[in-house]
Amino acid sequence: MTLSFYGLIWRILPGPKPIKLVLAAGLILAALYVCFNWVFPQIADYMPFNDVTVE
Amino acid sequence: MAKGRGIVRGIAGLVGEVFITVGVFLVAFVVWQLWWTDVVADAEAADVVARMESGTDDDASWVHPKEVKLGDAFAIIRIPRFGAKYARPVYEGTSRAILQRGVGHYPETVLPGEIGNYSMAGHRTTYGKPFNKIAELKDGDRIIIETVDTYYVYAVTGREIVRPTQVSVVYPVPNDATAEPTQALLTMTSCEPMFSSRYRYVIHALLEGEYPKAGGLPTQILEVSQ
Repeated sequence: MTLSFYGLIWRILPGPKPIKLVLAAGLILAALYVCFNWVFPQIADYMPFNDVTVE
Repeated sequence: MAKGRGIVRGIAGLVGEVFITVGVFLVAFVVWQLWWTDVVADAEAADVVARMESGTDDDASWVHPKEVKLGDAFAIIRIPRFGAKYARPVYEGTSRAILQRGVGHYPETVLPGEIGNYSMAGHRTTYGKPFNKIAELKDGDRIIIETVDTYYVYAVTGREIVRPTQVSVVYPVPNDATAEPTQALLTMTSCEPMFSSRYRYVIHALLEGEYPKAGGLPTQILEVSQ
């Protein structure tokens, strides 16, 4: 018995292997896009190394 | 027995996938912080400077310092020590969001050229790192603040490393709350050491001259001493 989140996604992706590869790459890029534009900027506000002012 | 081992293996596989995912996420965050924030901030800074230099003030690219609102770009800072091409917009305000776009002017301090202490903050790493080479500034190095009509030229007089709470470095007379200012000073603050916020690296400079933009800037001002 194998439990695998990524294996499940791979099985759900439709089409033959080349199509699956393209779709998987698209999912990864989409996840990175969301992280770069929304998730990471939010996290950076809590990081202790981003202050340069005296206050 | 065999079935129990299968469940353990299955769960171990899932935990492994979570670890891998967290690891990739953290690496992606570091890449974003160390590289992508520079890409974004550099592109915007270059764009704003180009718009200001081209003189098309249709979208108020040159705001007069006296009419500045939070977030406006009202000056271009040039520091020959940082390179001949170094030119960054100076925005009004020092909020986190403004400093992620470039250099910010402490709104409670005076405007360029005025008696008092014109003070700015900028990132030393990430977000375009406008003050990356702040520790390389030598006494006498020029800092040029270009506004809509004037070049203000300051010369570095000293530096100090202070706690982030030492706001007195941006007082009209640095580190003297009661003194009456008689000189036009400039102060820059950034982080110290790099990639840390434990201290602040502070540069002080004194106004050396001001030149109307129509007449241009004497070329020797852009030269860097060895």
